Amino acid sequence: MVKLTIDGIKVEAKSGDTILSAAKKAGIQIPTLCHVKGLPAQGACRICLVEVEGARGLMAACSTPVVADSVVETSSEKVIKARKLVLELLLSEGDHDCIICEANGDCKLQKMAYEYGVSNTDLKYKGEKRAAVKDTSSRFIIRDGTKCILCNKCVLACNSRGVHGILYKNERGFSSKIVSDDCELSDSGCVYCGECIQVCPTGALYEKKRVGKGRSWELDKVDTTCPYCGVGCQLTVHVDSKNNRPVKVTGRYTTPNEGMLCVKGRFAYDFPLSDKRITSPMIKKNGEHVQVSWDEALDYTAGRLKEIIEKHGPDSYAGVSCARSTNENNYAAMKFARAAIGTNNIDHCART
Amino acid sequence: MTNSIQEIRDAKVIFAIGTNTTEAHPVISYYMKQAVNKGAILIVNDPRRIDLCNWATIHVQHKVGTDVAYLNGLMNIVLANGWQNDKFISECCTNWDEMKKTIDDYPAEKASEICGVPVEQMTEVAKIISHNDPVSLCYTLGITEHTSGTDNVKSCANLQMMLGNMGKHASGVNPLRGQNNVQGACDMGALPNVYHNYQKVTDPAAKAKFEKGWNRPGLSDQLGLKMPTMFNGMLSGDVKAFFCYGENVAMTEPHMSHTLKCLEAVEFMMVADIFHNQTTPYADVIFPCTSWAEEEGTYTNSERRIQRVRPFLKPHENYREYWWIVNELAKRLGYDMGFTTSNSVWEEMRKLGTSYNGITWDRCDDVGLQWPCPDLEHCGTTFLHADGNFVCGLGKFSPAQWRPQAELPDEEYPLVLSTGRRLWHYHTTQTRNSEGIDDLFSEEYIEISPVDAKELAIDNGDYVNVTSRRGSIKARAWVTNRSPRGVCWLSFHFHEACGNVLTIDAFDPVTETAEYKACAIKVTKAESAPFEITRERQARP
Ligand code: SF4
Ligand code: SF4
Ligand code: SF4
Repeated sequence: MVKLTIDGIKVEAKSGDTILSAAKKAGIQIPTLCHVKGLPAQGACRICLVEVEGARGLMAACSTPVVADSVVETSSEKVIKARKLVLELLLSEGDHDCIICEANGDCKLQKMAYEYGVSNTDLKYKGEKRAAVKDTSSRFIIRDGTKCILCNKCVLACNSRGVHGILYKNERGFSSKIVSDDCELSDSGCVYCGECIQVCPTGALYEKKRVGKGRSWELDKVDTTCPYCGVGCQLTVHVDSKNNRPVKVTGRYTTPNEGMLCVKGRFAYDFPLSDKRITSPMIKKNGEHVQVSWDEALDYTAGRLKEIIEKHGPDSYAGVSCARSTNENNYAAMKFARAAIGTNNIDHCART
Repeated sequence: MTNSIQEIRDAKVIFAIGTNTTEAHPVISYYMKQAVNKGAILIVNDPRRIDLCNWATIHVQHKVGTDVAYLNGLMNIVLANGWQNDKFISECCTNWDEMKKTIDDYPAEKASEICGVPVEQMTEVAKIISHNDPVSLCYTLGITEHTSGTDNVKSCANLQMMLGNMGKHASGVNPLRGQNNVQGACDMGALPNVYHNYQKVTDPAAKAKFEKGWNRPGLSDQLGLKMPTMFNGMLSGDVKAFFCYGENVAMTEPHMSHTLKCLEAVEFMMVADIFHNQTTPYADVIFPCTSWAEEEGTYTNSERRIQRVRPFLKPHENYREYWWIVNELAKRLGYDMGFTTSNSVWEEMRKLGTSYNGITWDRCDDVGLQWPCPDLEHCGTTFLHADGNFVCGLGKFSPAQWRPQAELPDEEYPLVLSTGRRLWHYHTTQTRNSEGIDDLFSEEYIEISPVDAKELAIDNGDYVNVTSRRGSIKARAWVTNRSPRGVCWLSFHFHEACGNVLTIDAFDPVTETAEYKACAIKVTKAESAPFEITRERQARP
């Protein structure tokens, strides 16, 4: 155990812990922009700078290990000044027009700039803008280089979480940029898992399908389970409840998926609004399906079932249940066959 | 699964067989690839060069339908070298003597001749899986969708038991369940032989319990019909009323023209579903159901974790949850099922099934709970068979003999067709009605090897006729090394060109699972529409 002092609080940490994690354990929040949950620190954004007594310059808390008896200040005047400078630099290099940005209200850079009182129209530091392009080629993902702060999170996400190996940083000093293979995203091997969008702290990566469909604060968030494969990824649907439509999906940082999703969980969420849905009970009359009321459909069905059971016995009924539906509906299907009809002829589509 | 999904990341060796993980279980493939990044050895055993091979140390390309021979051969090599785990075998398993006899029938050379894998490669694989720990064996429908499916599954378990790779963190036999709630549908007793929690319908005690619990004397103790037998029953007239819930059976069952004949024949057919599809035209009554977005309940994933499903859209006034529909029907038949809400269904279920006694919706509100979870204090079970304690006492070796698939290629139908799912789609309706997905993969491509394509003068993109003894479809060709010589591959997502027109209705004798993974076809060029593939991408041309 290593004992140190952070912001006047006595803290105990494991040797090898970073100042960032030691502070977190003590309930002290140090801001970060480039840290990807579950992955080692990269020390790329320099927002987590802290003052360590006796050290020459400021240190990046995410990549500085704790030292016994050291004294750390996480929000001294010097630290705040340095962070403001970092934020100014980041803002000045890009084109951060929050008014029409999809990340507005959901952007770490914006949030921090607000907290530190840094405005992007009033920058003391007027540096050169990065020459950056917007890649709108793909069906699902927009990459807007003008809002990229080169934090490298998307690269880590693509290579260390989904392990797809599509994104990497083209290191060219000031004109560094994030590239997908060596082509537009639509031509790359991208599998549209959307992990890069999820980790991006700014509006540099966002879902094409959500554009213009609502601000983050107008959306309700509903936690649910992906309806596709047996992994059972946990996700949050962001819903525009007023207009009754889903706007986007994010992965939840929990079991079993730790925030990750695939293209189906991330983007195939709007089938419930399809106009091919069945919207009325129907009975076939003279070879045609006619819309009827629920009561008519149920009465008619029960009548036919009664007739058939009386004449041919309950084992002339067979039911197929649904491996895509809930446990509750499956239990109901089996109880219906066994208790209401009186047969064990119930199966579901998993067999085939 | 005997392990949990995230444990896969901690495996030293991943032995993936018959699982196209990057496409069918993408997030599980992320964990596999993360394991590889940490130094794990990934062995992909698959006739096709699936995308997962890009991360594999070894790709074993055994022939379609030879899994049992291949696995028995591996066991033979393990035994011949004394690499088996004698302690685990003697303390935790039974029937080893019988197993050994079967293993003796598969000397490496013989197994190699059947499965087409060189002896040296089999030896290398056998060495890796017996000299590393933990070893996670993962399989999917490539193992089960064969007439020898049950034997394939047994062989996977035999191999892992022989190596003692059971009941440990990240070590076990892991069937990756296909659909989101296949596990749950089985657990809930939507099966002809068991009530929920696998309580046998033939067990008088179970029958008595449910007669009391459901207030319904005279429950049947006769085994019910499995799906293929149900369908044949429609033709023979034994099945008069058929209630199809949530499955587009016309497209998902093998041998489509047979399926359609059955649906036409049945006297009274009810469909409860969310979409008009290829099955609804046959229905006498159609009930509109709520979908994933509008209903409340739980799904159980591959690792037995029960997780919440919550509505996020307001339903159309006519949508109903399925439990409500059958509850109403039952009332009209003179029986009250007693359901008032989805949660009331769950509560009744939980009280009548010991493995779920401890699981309430509230308890799985945030992270879900893995059954078995017998009481409200229990925190669920992450891996089964801990320390070699099998649920049914000792683990029993179940020796299996190899036999070929039902329909082998011949002169007239010289190619083998295997079928499955693609990354971009899931079955037949949902993804095709989600904005954007169809743009990424909009029509069916039959995957065919460059060698076969050349012989047939087929270019990438050409339209081809694909014919089996049961039917014919037209699809575009994707000339790709994903397919080995002699093997083609199709999905069943596109009603315009559905693989199940061609697949064979031959079934595993025990489970009655169809042999979706192997039938014989011929391919001929229909019209030229070539395009060039400029770069190799994952999961699409
Ligand atoms: S695109 Fe986003 S995540 Fe990637 S480097 Fe730029 S700001 Fe960071
Ligand atoms: S969507 Fe996924 S595969 Fe594509 S670039 Fe982003 S992280 Fe990589
Ligand atoms: S997001 Fe993809 S991997 Fe996860 S459950 Fe859904 S379909 Fe499966």
